[in-house]
Amino acid sequence: MAEAADLLKTPLFDLHVELGAKMVPFAGYDMPVQFPLGVMKEHLFTRESAGLFDVSHMGQAWLTGPDHATTAAALEALVPSNMKELKPGKQRYTVLLNDKGCIIDDLMVSRPLAGKDDGRLMLVVNAACKDNDYKIIAAALPENVKLEIVEDRALIAIQGPKAAEVMALHAPEAADMGFMEVRSLEFNGISVIASRSGYTGEDGYEISIPAGAAEAVAKALLADERVEPIGLGARDSLRLEAGLCLYGHDIDENTTPVEGNITFCMQKRRKEAGDFPGGERVLKQLAEGTESLRVGLLLEGRAPAREGAEIRVPGTEEIIGRVTSGGYGPTLGAPVAMGYVPSGLSETGTKLELVVRGRALPARVAGMPFVAQRYYRKPK
Amino acid sequence: MSTYFTKDHEWLKVEGDVVTVGITEFAQRQLGDVVFVELPENGKNVDQDDEVAVVESVKAASEVYAPLDGEIVEGNELLVDEPAKVNEDPEGTAWFFKMKLGNAAQLEALMSEADYKAFVETL
Repeated sequence: MAEAADLLKTPLFDLHVELGAKMVPFAGYDMPVQFPLGVMKEHLFTRESAGLFDVSHMGQAWLTGPDHATTAAALEALVPSNMKELKPGKQRYTVLLNDKGCIIDDLMVSRPLAGKDDGRLMLVVNAACKDNDYKIIAAALPENVKLEIVEDRALIAIQGPKAAEVMALHAPEAADMGFMEVRSLEFNGISVIASRSGYTGEDGYEISIPAGAAEAVAKALLADERVEPIGLGARDSLRLEAGLCLYGHDIDENTTPVEGNITFCMQKRRKEAGDFPGGERVLKQLAEGTESLRVGLLLEGRAPAREGAEIRVPGTEEIIGRVTSGGYGPTLGAPVAMGYVPSGLSETGTKLELVVRGRALPARVAGMPFVAQRYYRKPK
Repeated sequence: MSTYFTKDHEWLKVEGDVVTVGITEFAQRQLGDVVFVELPENGKNVDQDDEVAVVESVKAASEVYAPLDGEIVEGNELLVDEPAKVNEDPEGTAWFFKMKLGNAAQLEALMSEADYKAFVETL
């Protein structure tokens, strides 16, 4: 484990310490795993009210080209999603693929609304992957599209059913945004970039803030009794209940978007053309299916099955798959997991066993999300 | 009745040849919200430091060790239904198991309450 002194600090480090966070090393950063409320209450509070997360460890970068078509085309060479069709002010989830069609990282891409930003796309990538992502992206770009790594901004998320009403007190325009929309906003006079998205299954925003103003924004949100600071522990249980993948665990460089069951990130034009890294293989999988598939798993008992737990067919000894994420779901009040199983056993309701400490626990394949997503859809 | 503590943050109450074992207030705070407890089987003979029970928080699973040699005589079924009791009353109603003392000499190497308090201070 890295020494604390070697760890990077986010612009909110001092605030975390002041709030009594338990700090742990994560992806090279000294990050809050929990606050005095504790993982369980932080999780439940986020689902009932609103939680504030520091996700400044994640990588923020701009792709900058002469116009949207050029920049989008450059990014499309690396990902299987439509980027040309991404409308101004919209955000999209996608994956960076390698030549095998496997996932190098998953990321969010935003197209700014403002005309002067035409040709710019904002990327948010995983902390542990960012250096590798940047190397791969930069190497693949044409001469007229540049990668600008953003080092001077914090990223926070406010998530939960009361996130929007609290956000609106400081940035009234945020209320008009729909799910997966992005805007440049004034938050108490501070220029921020907000997207209406997150990693909890709840309504909420991710807010990119100049580093020097991050504490002011976080404190303004935390001053509201409807908001509590939330650590990485509850972030993980929230995203697990929402059925969302954690890169490096549920999807990685050995899984394609088809195996990972995230083909929703691939739009029709790309699925037909296969014009992305590993396209031939991914198209074949789309047509013929895959050997294995990521599924949700619910256990009958109370014992959680964690990452690495073997998956078996009841009455047999053969290991047919492994749990890639698992734990206790506080909102569900039961253990939840996801993992890979042979496609023939991926049907919802299929009875399986998860091996925990040598004991085979009854489980079944379950649809995801485990807890209904509550994203904000704008009235038409 | 005598009370002892271990470096693994377990407490022992010895009454005759029956030892009641649980985890300390310090341990429950470190674990966070307990969501599941797995108890040892009654009648099982265990050696000191064997992993005999499991306590799971939202975050992770942790082992509970046999503090002594002996035979498990009872698990606390309350914890199966209400694992959160471990957070509420770790040194009282949320004991983990009772065991029959196999080797009383092993008690001498354990810590007193004062020693344990001093030990926790160093962490």
